[in-house]
Amino acid sequence: MGHGTHRVLKGTDGVCPTPAPEEDRQEVAVRTPVSSRWRRRPEAPGSPGTSSSKGRCPRVTQPFLLPLSALVAHLARLAELFVSWARLGLGFLLAAPNAMTLPRFRPRGWVAATKAAQRRHQAEAAGGPRGPAPRSQRAALYVHVSVGGGARGTRPWRSRAQVAAYDPVNSRVVFSRPQMSGRTARSAAVTATSTSTSPAAWTRRRSGAVWVESVFFGGGTPSLASPHTVAAVLEAVAQATHLPTDAEVTLEANPTSSPGTRLAAFGTAGVNRLSIGLQSLDDAELRLLGRTHSASDALRTLAEARHLFPGRVSVDLMLGLPAQQVGPWLGQLQELLCHCDDHISLYQLSLERGTALFAQVHQGALPAPDPELAAEMYQKGRAVLQEAGFRQYEVSNFARKGALSTHNWNYWQCGQYLGVGPGAHGRFLPQGTRGHTREARIQTLEPDNWMKEVKLFGHGTRKRVPLGELELLEEVLAMGLRTDLGITHQHWEEFEPQLTLWDVFGTSKEVKELLEQGLLLLDHRGLRCSWEGLAVLDSLLLTLLPQLQEAWQQRTRALVPGG
Amino acid sequence: MWLLAGRGPRCGRALVPWASGAACLGLPWLRCPATRGSTAEPWAPARLYGSGDRKEKIDMSRFPAENIRNFSVIAHVDHGKSTLADRLLELTGTIDKTKNNKQVLDKLQVERERGITVKAQTASLFYNCEGKQYLLNLIDTPGHVDFSYEVSRSLSACQGVLLVVDANEGIQAQTVANFFLAFEAQLSVIPVINKIDLKNADPERVEKQIEKAFDIPSDECIKISAKLGTNVESVLQAVIERIPPPQGHCKNPLRALVFDSTFDQYRGVIANIALFDGVVSKGDKIVSAHTQKIYEVNEVGILNPNEQPTDKLYAGQVGYLIAGMKDVTEAQIGDTLYLHKQPVEPLPGFKSAKPMVFAGMYPIDQSEYNNLKSAIEKLTLNDSSVTVYRDSSLALGAGWRLGFLGLLHMEVFNQRLEQEYNASVILTTPTVPYKAVLSSAKLIKEYREKEITIINPAQFPEKSKVTEYLEPVVLGTVITPDEYTGKIMMLCQARRGVQKNMMYIDQHRVMLKYLFPLNEIVVDFYDSLKSLSSGYASFDYEDAGYQTAELVKMDILLNGNIVEELVTVVHKDKAHSVGKVICERLKDSLPRQLFEIAIQAAIGSKIIARETVKAYRKNVLAKCYGGDITRKMKLLKRQAEGKKKLRKVGNIEVPKDAFIKVLKTQPDK
Repeated sequence: MGHGTHRVLKGTDGVCPTPAPEEDRQEVAVRTPVSSRWRRRPEAPGSPGTSSSKGRCPRVTQPFLLPLSALVAHLARLAELFVSWARLGLGFLLAAPNAMTLPRFRPRGWVAATKAAQRRHQAEAAGGPRGPAPRSQRAALYVHVSVGGGARGTRPWRSRAQVAAYDPVNSRVVFSRPQMSGRTARSAAVTATSTSTSPAAWTRRRSGAVWVESVFFGGGTPSLASPHTVAAVLEAVAQATHLPTDAEVTLEANPTSSPGTRLAAFGTAGVNRLSIGLQSLDDAELRLLGRTHSASDALRTLAEARHLFPGRVSVDLMLGLPAQQVGPWLGQLQELLCHCDDHISLYQLSLERGTALFAQVHQGALPAPDPELAAEMYQKGRAVLQEAGFRQYEVSNFARKGALSTHNWNYWQCGQYLGVGPGAHGRFLPQGTRGHTREARIQTLEPDNWMKEVKLFGHGTRKRVPLGELELLEEVLAMGLRTDLGITHQHWEEFEPQLTLWDVFGTSKEVKELLEQGLLLLDHRGLRCSWEGLAVLDSLLLTLLPQLQEAWQQRTRALVPGG
Repeated sequence: MWLLAGRGPRCGRALVPWASGAACLGLPWLRCPATRGSTAEPWAPARLYGSGDRKEKIDMSRFPAENIRNFSVIAHVDHGKSTLADRLLELTGTIDKTKNNKQVLDKLQVERERGITVKAQTASLFYNCEGKQYLLNLIDTPGHVDFSYEVSRSLSACQGVLLVVDANEGIQAQTVANFFLAFEAQLSVIPVINKIDLKNADPERVEKQIEKAFDIPSDECIKISAKLGTNVESVLQAVIERIPPPQGHCKNPLRALVFDSTFDQYRGVIANIALFDGVVSKGDKIVSAHTQKIYEVNEVGILNPNEQPTDKLYAGQVGYLIAGMKDVTEAQIGDTLYLHKQPVEPLPGFKSAKPMVFAGMYPIDQSEYNNLKSAIEKLTLNDSSVTVYRDSSLALGAGWRLGFLGLLHMEVFNQRLEQEYNASVILTTPTVPYKAVLSSAKLIKEYREKEITIINPAQFPEKSKVTEYLEPVVLGTVITPDEYTGKIMMLCQARRGVQKNMMYIDQHRVMLKYLFPLNEIVVDFYDSLKSLSSGYASFDYEDAGYQTAELVKMDILLNGNIVEELVTVVHKDKAHSVGKVICERLKDSLPRQLFEIAIQAAIGSKIIARETVKAYRKNVLAKCYGGDITRKMKLLKRQAEGKKKLRKVGNIEVPKDAFIKVLKTQPDK
């Protein structure tokens, strides 16, 4: 292990100017680049949003860019390290037993604090807990962990093809989403700049700092990465932002790659929620999906996870696989109910071009999945879960005892989020932009290029698209209706104070038809799908979105004099 | 530029390079002015090559009628008609001998791609034989059944034909049809057995077929290989010896037949003419016998094969004329042109082309309407056989109902639209012109006639208001190796065909004659025939008038609402199968909706076929997290945008695609 680490450190020499005692190197290696970066360029760490050095924003004129860009750059940098380790030092992650027990890792700062604070996170009735910070300052952070790699010929991780058997974007690594925005953050940034204190310290202390309410390590198999990395990322997040000690920190875990000792190490590192990619309890189906674990592996991992993270373990189950039948699938669900914790996701397989499964179906080696059967599985599955006390709080997500995913809830509520890692998406209000225009950002997809860009520019943002007001509302609509709460009047008003839900949808004949068909509900609470409607939401949206556009345009016309 | 050449024991070789820089640039296969070494010798006074003046002209008076032969080449598809034309052009020096001479006269991209000839092209060949300079006017013709109008048009300017038959395939259905066209026009027929170089060539068998089917002695057949040039020379000999020169006199007043016309964007209508009498030259005032309009001749010339201006054209000659006509309808095929103030008896007019197949044509996007309109106008300028009626459909918007001579004609038209005008169109399933004999006095008054032609099924009159319905019929000829006879007879019967004749044209080949309702063969008969005979059977048809038929109007209903664009007229016996097919196609192309859709085919109130599209039970993206949102929104908005364009039948949203899939001509199998 020492060797592997050492080599990595050499590789990132520039950020580790003084040789640290070996036991400290990992931490140092992770933290130093960040802090040194902050030290070197306190005023402007470069715009994280520009996709090349040419596009950098003017520095001094926009000091308020600081907190956000700092965070992104910071995380990008971390993620870069993460990938480097993945490439070079995998052996130590998987093989060295002391790596798993973290004998020399000294939890510091945030991690230590969280350990004490770790407790069951009971979500509020509304679904998502709300931090003390204003909405505009809250964000979720998604960390996409790339597991591509294997450039040296040794592939300690599964080949990309296996990983990607059903998910074409599953070969990357990402972080979770922070919500941040608004004038408070901006003025805080200005203040911070003027006081010219250490930016890292600044962000944590000032009330205007971003509240990262949840962190999600996703991308398929981040559990293959080192717990140290996770800890270091969290530490860095905590330095750059306000990361409450009870923030939800989810790690996607894969059954085979998650022996109990490793899971425990992740817990020590600050992870407090696990999402296990179980997918099926049928070995043949698992093989079909390109999984290397067996059903018994999955159940074992699940048991260990529940032991370590009681009440905070999620499992997913796929439905609608080629040749899958309703009866046996329901059997799997029943079996899963005997073993699972308080959160289950049911996902219908969608065959995506470019995956092994797609090719097999296309070539006729496998039957095409039957949408009728999938629909039946879904409907029956929903009923079974409801029976078992689960609340379907979103199209594919079910929780009991309030064990909702805070992180994902934020997506459906159109909260802000940051994405770090190859291909990760973010949506937030960048500081310094005029008005309240959110930006949709996408990081460079291909891990190698992503790393190169992070090295060169300090960030991996490939694309920034300003999200118009209407576009944001469309997302509020499309995402909000995925939840059982739908869109409350209050929620809608946060985004659109002028035009109420009644204004938009109350008079439409087509919407009325949907209401009459019992697919949609519009009442004093707000707009939401019925039980039947939720299953066909995408069809409903084809009526609702144009209606929203029309109402929006009418209002815009009314506002523009002579328009 | 042209090169004049003669070859053979009795023919002194003569080459006259004649320069036209422009032609060289435009026609890469033509050899640029250059001498051919010692074999080149100046011919007559026209040693013009290299001259700075590009406008020098051939003196056409050097070719009296007796030295002119007007002939055509007719053949079944792929029997080598255009290749023979290439060789004749080479042999007479009209074009240079290069390997690139492939179907020189097939100018259209679609012709080269499909190996067919759509527009008949004319080329004047100069040939020196026994000291005489001959002007051989070769009129290449289309081979396909759809274009028999082009064939007959070409033939009227000819005195003889080369009937090309493949030495391997032997006589095919179209060979028969073309032979009778020539025979009826009383032209000399020179049978040419082509492709004798092929391994399986059996020219003797083909000679016997020709003898049996056409009653032409086998020793009159010329056996050649156009591809290799074998024996092609003797074809020219035969043309001179066996085809009579055109009649007519230069001293008579001008009498010219318009046998084809093309449209040039810059020069207007270019009329191809055959002079039966008289002389025409630039500056002449001419009159169209049909329109009585007067024009001044701007340019006359010969085609070799591109336009080559000359000072004059004389009786018996074939060439082109440009006279400020703006529209091909001004140069109607079959029209007679004469000199102003020197009226003549018009030549017997041709039957104008009669559309046999109708189809709706719509722009894929309505914003393309005007572009498509102008493209259709331009194409019909060149192809007056297409009839155009404006039409509109609730689903497909404004468009046209076009009448074509046949299916290939329709496909070619469509392909030309796409290739030459970059227009994408929706073409609906072809229908045939039915007729109804009205009994209702009110309707008779409305239509002002007792017998009406129904082009659009929406106009189909109710049974109670008609005495009888009529459908067009054709006399079809099938030639097939006898092992497929049984299967073909079953196919013909299934298509409501009535057998009229059956004969062996040799030991193994059978010629069948059937009377078919046109509707039965118009869509996929040819494909079925080809597939069940492994491609060996050939088919051709000719118009055979109308016959009484039990026709019914079939409605297609979606949840009880009639879909107007899918109303179909069918024969009673076929209603069930046709209705079933339409319902099935609709089922496959109708997207699921939030409720169940019943698709029904009905005659009156009687449902004859039904399919069901089940309601959506699940239509929602399973995973929708941070990275999925952008993509999902994009997709949703695109779908929502598309939904705006949907046609609503009742409360069912029908995408244009669904109509297209039902209405569109199905691709060839």
